Amino acid sequence: MKAPIATAVAISVGALVLLGYFIPLGFFEALRILFLSWAVVLAGTALLVGMVNLSAHHWERVVKKRPGRANSMWLVASLWVTFAFVLVFPPASKQVQALFNYFLLPASVGLMALLAFTLGIAAITMLRRRPGVSSALFFATAVLILLGAMYLPRVGAVPVVSDTIRPWIAQIPAAAGARGILLGIALGTTAAGLRILLGADRPYGE
Amino acid sequence: MAFSWSALAQIGGLLFVVLFVIVMLIRRAFGSPEPGRDLRPIRAFSRLRRAVLLTVESGRRLHVSLGRGEITGERSAIAFSGLSALQPLAEATSLSDKPTIVTSGTGPLGILSRSTLYSGYRRARSTGRYRPTQGRVSGLTPFSYAVGALLDADREQVSTNFLIGSFGAEIGLLAEPSRTAGALTVAGTDNIPGQAVAYAAADEPLIGEEAYASGAYAGAGGLHGASLFTQDLFRWLIIAIIIGGAIAKLIGS
Repeated sequence: MKAPIATAVAISVGALVLLGYFIPLGFFEALRILFLSWAVVLAGTALLVGMVNLSAHHWERVVKKRPGRANSMWLVASLWVTFAFVLVFPPASKQVQALFNYFLLPASVGLMALLAFTLGIAAITMLRRRPGVSSALFFATAVLILLGAMYLPRVGAVPVVSDTIRPWIAQIPAAAGARGILLGIALGTTAAGLRILLGADRPYGE
Repeated sequence: MAFSWSALAQIGGLLFVVLFVIVMLIRRAFGSPEPGRDLRPIRAFSRLRRAVLLTVESGRRLHVSLGRGEITGERSAIAFSGLSALQPLAEATSLSDKPTIVTSGTGPLGILSRSTLYSGYRRARSTGRYRPTQGRVSGLTPFSYAVGALLDADREQVSTNFLIGSFGAEIGLLAEPSRTAGALTVAGTDNIPGQAVAYAAADEPLIGEEAYASGAYAGAGGLHGASLFTQDLFRWLIIAIIIGGAIAKLIGS
């Protein structure tokens, strides 16, 4: 083990936070809250490091005159102008809200709309790429759910599909499948956390 | 003393964790299960392993994307699984002319990805080839992250995308264009809508706990195989309890 101190600190802090979660009494609870507040501050600092990293990567593209350097320059400029803007005006101010409502939100909504088309194409091509019962079932379910959520002119909600088939799919097979997947995710999360707690996984360095 | 259900649940939770650790360590003591020998083959990981070898030979690149899991929440667990897979993958591709790139959507994951990449290079004794710009934060909101990672993958001649982390529906923006560009896309997320999107858009989707098995199947060794065995054991236990409870309720009513 090449970083015994880092590993010892990670294991002991992790164990104390876990104990504080399961035994919410005095000492353990206070330590858990203290360590978590430190983690939030560290995560905030790491966000700044992330911004510097993002800027450095794109600035390198600008300096080395790589294709797309105009976009990179635009990205770096808008990132730091936004950062300075939020430093000058409080986050809840009209100015910052306007920045989010008129720049960030439309861009995200545009990408969301693009995603709808991308997924439509992906679902159709999936039948060709992975022919089989699972793909056919996935596609048929998606079509039925979309039909059930649709309102047609003059007809309104599609009869039978919207009031019987769609609720049945959502409440019985989809809910059962989602719970099964969540069970696997919960066990996987537990295992991943415990591997770090036992020092088997050391993403902070060896 | 007053009986409290929440106290009972907390004690039960602690016992569950302690038991999980004990079973994991006992299984480890008897030798961890290995993929190909004790663990069932998962097509996504078989294709990923083959693609990584071809990546080195073809002079193209592997792209690992770790998602946007916040380190202070439970959503970081899947990114940690991705990081455990990253180390052996970085080690395997460290001698390639086109080294592996890693994109992430939060600052802490960006730092951890660089640290993990570096340790992979150190294991391969080729730290001189490591570049800090291989580990990048590509965006700080879901869509900007997906678009940033997609552009990185497009510009850097990527032939294999391994998307493993906390992704929502934006995983479709990453997976579908990569796939149509001819790159193999293996995708796993802890988000249910994200999994549905990945199922349609990726070449090889990882469903449910398969995504958490990436360390064991990538050859991270150590406790990974033992933890998979323990996960399976506890899943069967929980299934038995659920079915038993349903039968008991049926009989009771």
